[in-house]
Amino acid sequence: MNAMNWPILSLIVWLPIVAGVAILFVSEARAALGKTIALAASLVALLLTIVAISGFDTTTAAMQFQEKAVWIEAFSIHYHLGVDGLSLPLIALTALITVIVVIAGWSIRDRVSQYMGAFLILSGLMSGMFAALDAMLFYVFFEAMLVPMFLIIGIWGGPNRILATIKFFLFTFFGSVFMLVALIWLYLQAGSFAVADLHQLPLSLNAQIWIFLAFLIAFAVKVPMWPVHTWLPDAHVEAPTGGSVVLAAVMLKIGGYGFVRYSLPIAPDGAAALDWLVIGLSLVAIVYIGFVALAQRDMKKLIAYSSISHMGFATLGMFLTFAIVQNTGQIDGAVLGISGAMVQMISHGFISGAMFLAVGVLYDRVHSREISAYGGVANTMPWFAMFAVLFFMANSGLPGTSGFVGEFMVILAAFKADFWFAFFAAMTLILGASYSLWLVKRVFYGEVANDNVASLSDLNAREWTVMVVLAVLTLGLGLWPYPLIEMMEPSVANLVDHITTTKINP
Amino acid sequence: MILSDLQLALPEIFVAAMACVVLVADLFITEQRRGLTHTLALLTLVFAAIITLRVMVPVGDSVLAFSETFVRDRFGDIIKLFAYLVLAGVFVYAKHFLRVAGLFKGEFYSLSLFALLGVMIMVSAANLVTVYLGLELLALSSYALVAIDRDSASGSEAAMKYFILGSLASGILLYGMSLVYGATGTLQLGEISQALAGGMSDNLMLSFGLAFMVVGIAFKLGAVPFHMWLPDVYQGAPAAVTLLISSLPKLGYLALAIRLLADGMGNMHADWQAMLAVLAALSLILGNVVAIAQSNIKRMLAYSTISHVGFILLGILAASPAGYASAMFYTIVYAMMSAGAFAVMILLSGNGIEAENLDDFKGLAKRSPWYALMMLMIMFSLAGIPVFVGFFAKWQVIAAAIQAGFVGLAVLAVITAVIGAFYYLRVVKLMYFDEPESTAPVTAPIDFRAVLSVNGLAMLGLGIFSGGLIGVCVRAFG
Repeated sequence: MNAMNWPILSLIVWLPIVAGVAILFVSEARAALGKTIALAASLVALLLTIVAISGFDTTTAAMQFQEKAVWIEAFSIHYHLGVDGLSLPLIALTALITVIVVIAGWSIRDRVSQYMGAFLILSGLMSGMFAALDAMLFYVFFEAMLVPMFLIIGIWGGPNRILATIKFFLFTFFGSVFMLVALIWLYLQAGSFAVADLHQLPLSLNAQIWIFLAFLIAFAVKVPMWPVHTWLPDAHVEAPTGGSVVLAAVMLKIGGYGFVRYSLPIAPDGAAALDWLVIGLSLVAIVYIGFVALAQRDMKKLIAYSSISHMGFATLGMFLTFAIVQNTGQIDGAVLGISGAMVQMISHGFISGAMFLAVGVLYDRVHSREISAYGGVANTMPWFAMFAVLFFMANSGLPGTSGFVGEFMVILAAFKADFWFAFFAAMTLILGASYSLWLVKRVFYGEVANDNVASLSDLNAREWTVMVVLAVLTLGLGLWPYPLIEMMEPSVANLVDHITTTKINP
Repeated sequence: MILSDLQLALPEIFVAAMACVVLVADLFITEQRRGLTHTLALLTLVFAAIITLRVMVPVGDSVLAFSETFVRDRFGDIIKLFAYLVLAGVFVYAKHFLRVAGLFKGEFYSLSLFALLGVMIMVSAANLVTVYLGLELLALSSYALVAIDRDSASGSEAAMKYFILGSLASGILLYGMSLVYGATGTLQLGEISQALAGGMSDNLMLSFGLAFMVVGIAFKLGAVPFHMWLPDVYQGAPAAVTLLISSLPKLGYLALAIRLLADGMGNMHADWQAMLAVLAALSLILGNVVAIAQSNIKRMLAYSTISHVGFILLGILAASPAGYASAMFYTIVYAMMSAGAFAVMILLSGNGIEAENLDDFKGLAKRSPWYALMMLMIMFSLAGIPVFVGFFAKWQVIAAAIQAGFVGLAVLAVITAVIGAFYYLRVVKLMYFDEPESTAPVTAPIDFRAVLSVNGLAMLGLGIFSGGLIGVCVRAFG
């Protein structure tokens, strides 16, 4: 199936959206039908991404499976999709997480069809965002996904859901409007919204710094980076389990993807001039937020802070590039850093999703997220404890799990940049282990704490399924990360090559 | 092809005649068969559209008529077509409300048609006198419409305020026109433009004339600081009339601004750009911030109008064809969004009591999921979230402003858009996250429901397929 004569990316994007809209019209009385359609659509979308991966040429950095059609002629905006080694893994992650969320949402009782519909629409929008090769198309997907997420948190969330969801919406919206102004300005310079044209557009250093800052606000909110992270703990705590999973596993990656697809290639000199800022913020996230996570009493909040800390690794890996190239004069170390950042994002997608699902399993039974409400869960739910401990260990970077690979690569790269970067980054190994293992000790081990815990029943078949899938992926990526790294290699090398070439004087 | 003057003005002549026919025919229509008046008015709009479409001026061309007082061009034709469309929607929405409120009278239709005629004349004006003629026809019809509920004290109060402030604005505009006439010696917009090109732009009298004209336009549009009348009139008028005056006249006032500023005073754009920049900035800030504090939906939408006027001004002040096209797109889209929002408000009104409080929207998603979805799309569109059409309107005016060098103003605009998103989100929150206070079913006649559904879905459809309408607007300015 060379180069695909059929629009596989459009199918991956639009199938979930169309199915999601259709499900909205399924009445409450026939909720089972809605759930079945949702599962079928998400499985087909996953299958399509597997087909795309199998047909993907890992030897080139060029965009593949491209589709292009005129969308808004007057402004030469195109419906232009395509994937490379940076975006395809993230699309696959999106499709996978969608299946898991649909299965995990099987027990939802309230407005089932709307729940499933919202998740499917969200999933299609996220895939579209990763696949977009036209900046305006990207922006449309980027913003449109706020709408379903706003409703998911607001309708199915916890007691403080309204504050959380409005905060989430306004924070993200606020960040992204600056990106819109920057994109329009770039369009007026380049006469095109095509990402490839923007990558080649020469810009003065001053302009690049402004562009970079505008993008930084948008993506830093999304990642989220300290100090604009405050919406995330609220949103995570209040969101339903499925919402937390999608938020942590996929939505946070959008910020990271934005850096590698937009900020770095469009304004490389601006990024080089301001890399200290991003590296500084990343290290603050890794160390300071790590300590904050240690102090949490709410399991979801702890995982939320842990996510911020782990995403700090991703941004650190990306922005080490300039220092490494300057120190070593070679791009190998920089490729390692960015590859590590990408692996970290995928791995964090599996692990954070799995941890939120684990909390969801407990919450469904006991209706509490407080760590102190549990103790000795391993005695009554041994199988569940096995999975949960695996995921929390993976979160602390245990070798053999996917959590180790990305962190190790980024720390190795950090050594080539500056010893102190590596030193502070490596503190996560201690901090991550501390808060993860301490949580495991308090929740899973020890004596059975109370009657609630004593009456717990172990995993049901549905929960088994999602846990096994995520455990296999976590271990698989940890033991054999080569296929993923191989897939990214040409694109990352091309990216590093591009961003280390100045755009100031063409 | 040489067209006679009458042929060019046929849409206006037809609407004028039909407004009179409706007025007279209604006298012979009994209370029970008042629906006939409604049908007649709708048919008028359909035929007006057909007549307008039959004689379209080619793109980029403009034809003058009646001693160069009247102009037909693509911009005017498109605006007229959308004016018919918007007014048809308003008629369908209003009928339901007027019936329930006991205001279902023929005068509503004839006055609305006269208002439409005012818009059409203004849109096709090529002469200061024609501009003023259309403006006053529209304004006088609007004053009367606001006071259509004879027994309502708040309606009369609103009409009085509207009349006094509106007359003042007309006076100011007229004074500005007289100064411009004094300086250039002509009433023809084309000749004024030529006179300015001949190097008169530093004339003090002209500058004053321009300033007065801008004030008049700002007054009519409701730009800060000339917005005081707007929230009171919106709140005091019956919902059906608020629906009308929040949508149709905006199209006319857009044309007023473009005819006077772009066609007439285009060579003084440096002067009026600065004035509009101040008006736009103030409107954006005040409209969006004050709307947050409102608990009355009509007042909230009134302040939201003010903020949208800020965006429209942003497009005009770019003083480029792309800018005018973006303002035109924005105004057309805004008229549709505003009509839809007021329609949902009318939908929730029952037993003659207007659903004026935001709390009336509580739990709408449970009472009526479909209309809640329509309102959701209208609200997100007003907030400027893609993929709804309001986003495409916003980014075009912002792009035009950036292109004209107003980057700071563009940044201000997007920041106020974020502030504005809050109160639109609040409506969504009330509809989706809160429990309903009333369990009364939401009912409306079939035509109302059909038009509202089309209106809501248009927010999405025009967004996804925005290329078409954008192309139409861009071509309207050559």
